[in-house]
Amino acid sequence: MADSILRIENLSKKYLLRHQIREPYTTLRDTIATGAQSLGRRLMQPGTRSPRSTQEEFWALKDVSFEVKQGDRIGIIGRNGAGKSTLLKILSRITEPTTGRVRIRGRVASLLEVGTGFHPELTGRENIYLNGAILGMGRVEIKRKFDEIVDFAEIEKFLDTPVKRYSSGMYVRLAFAIAAHLEPEILVVDEVLAVGDAQFQKKCLGKMNDVASQGRTVLFVSHNMAAIRALCSTAIMLDKGNIVQQGSTAECITAYEMRNLSNQGSIWFRSSNEQKSGLVITKVSLKLLGKQPNLELDLEILIESRSNHKPAFLAVDITDLTGIAIMQALPKSEGFLLDCNFKHFTDMNIRLPPLIPGQYLVSIWAGSHNTETLDWVKEAVTFEIFDSPTSGRSFSHTADHGYIVPVSILRNIEELSLN
Amino acid sequence: MILSCGQEATLIVPSAPASSPSAPAQLPELVIEAGSIEQQYWRDLWRYRELLAFLTWRDILVRYKQTAIGVLWALLRPFLTMVVFTVVFSTIAKLPAGNVPYPILVFAALLPWQLFASALAESSNSLVSNANLISKVYFPRLLVPISSVLVSLVDFLVSGIILLGLMVWYDYVPSWRIVTLPLFLALAIAAATGGGLWLAALTVKYRDFRYVVPFIVQLGLYISPVGFSSNVVPAQWRSLYALNPMVGVIDGFRWAILGGDTTLSLTGLIWSVGLVILLLVTGVWYFRAYERTFADVI
Repeated sequence: MADSILRIENLSKKYLLRHQIREPYTTLRDTIATGAQSLGRRLMQPGTRSPRSTQEEFWALKDVSFEVKQGDRIGIIGRNGAGKSTLLKILSRITEPTTGRVRIRGRVASLLEVGTGFHPELTGRENIYLNGAILGMGRVEIKRKFDEIVDFAEIEKFLDTPVKRYSSGMYVRLAFAIAAHLEPEILVVDEVLAVGDAQFQKKCLGKMNDVASQGRTVLFVSHNMAAIRALCSTAIMLDKGNIVQQGSTAECITAYEMRNLSNQGSIWFRSSNEQKSGLVITKVSLKLLGKQPNLELDLEILIESRSNHKPAFLAVDITDLTGIAIMQALPKSEGFLLDCNFKHFTDMNIRLPPLIPGQYLVSIWAGSHNTETLDWVKEAVTFEIFDSPTSGRSFSHTADHGYIVPVSILRNIEELSLN
Repeated sequence: MILSCGQEATLIVPSAPASSPSAPAQLPELVIEAGSIEQQYWRDLWRYRELLAFLTWRDILVRYKQTAIGVLWALLRPFLTMVVFTVVFSTIAKLPAGNVPYPILVFAALLPWQLFASALAESSNSLVSNANLISKVYFPRLLVPISSVLVSLVDFLVSGIILLGLMVWYDYVPSWRIVTLPLFLALAIAAATGGGLWLAALTVKYRDFRYVVPFIVQLGLYISPVGFSSNVVPAQWRSLYALNPMVGVIDGFRWAILGGDTTLSLTGLIWSVGLVILLLVTGVWYFRAYERTFADVI
């Protein structure tokens, strides 16, 4: 039975922002006069705030509460400015909360930045000791793990050159290698995986997975949804300092994507101030008909041929919220839109395969050849499927296993005894 | 000496059952909240003692990186300072010497003063120059100014070697009073640490102190008995003069090293000790009180 290793109760953090009231200064004389006045005020009455500046309270975190059990891997997602880094800073005891409390049981090691404390004049070897000590490892521990760290970072040849001569890739590899060999009970990581090349990122993710599988608790902040999906079992979504979603990773990522969706409904119009010639898609309207597993999409696409163009045909791309392509419908693969100065009202029907429930985006493409695009409206409209394509299913679908549940039957089971 | 306002931290040792092999079963619970007394802090100071050594080591190492003569500078700098001061104080200021060679006379006062001045200057700027650490990593912030004081201590010890060399050169044997030197050294370190903590914490919020400190150090050189002896101070200024904590320290150093007829005023010494203790205690109090805001303000 895992016990709670971290409990956050009504945590809030307030910052004060100062704003200067800008007055429209018309002349240089005014500026100098007002400046002198404020200087006089500051000397004669120290401590009084100038009336030309106001203070605003900014709550980076507001009433955040959640509980973490030992061995949990929690992803923390949210837009920039949601309060994720502030939360991590409070957990790492770098800054103090304004109200609320955190109860921690165990050593916390936080990685808020790679290469904290690296001194450019010192060599790689010396920086390993320095950085390790800063992150909380003892000298004996660092010595023990020294070879592993160098191995992971792949900088054996450059151990004795000053770090200021390292390339940026080597720098982050070394920095991450040291941090990856921490063995705390609770590991807090803030967006540091967004460094290095793809191969290194995979290595880092693998190492984090190892750390997590040893039973340690991991709190992981990232904008990389794939990394969060790969590493974390549960997630929390923050928005403007509040927790807006808590639960399984898939749920939170979907909620995150949905917040980033802008203006997508079932009808799309091209804005009239866009001047485009040739073939122009001006309106898309969508209707979802039928019932699972026989859903149909009825699309009405309005196209204007404003000037001469080659005969064009249409393709409809259906993607999921993260932009992963699921399928493409191509009703006719030769050009059928020809005549110039005409408006084409196209009525299209797509028979959807058994898709899992979720929200999908539809993009319309028009071109004369698969390499010649005439117009392309990406993510114009959206539709949502609520029901499962199969009946009598006891657990929910996840996109981890694909988007389509094909029809399948178990034709026969033959039983033979083993002996 | 820890200022707190608000609720107290609760330290609960749980009776939790054994868990995974990597996490110990019984761990004390740490509570983080606004204004909490951190009993963990003093425990953390001990836990992070190796970091103190590493910070000191880093500062010393960086000084001599990419230099031609490297560590030799550590000996050369105090030696050259001594030469300059000997020339200034023996030929220009004409300090009465007695039967003690001028260089040793000068050095006896210069040594503690250099320790104090460099420790004060370095530690007051230490927090701001380590801003990247303070905003990204947790460790007891007290370690940063203390590491600066330790760096100055290392310089002091190296200069002490030069002093020993001088004594050998002049065939000068100090009296029994040299045994009391470590006490005066401790007093000097305490004074430097107290002042350093005050200035370090103040510099974080008010960067003006970065410009005030060199001025304080300059002024201090003239009002401390480095270039003169304490007996030349006229009686009516004596009590005001004794407000400078370094007076007792430097007089003590002179008394311990030079022997002979140098006198040490006991009241002056007690005054100094009292001031230094006050400086240190209030320094630690102020630092701890404002430490929680460092990461937000720095």
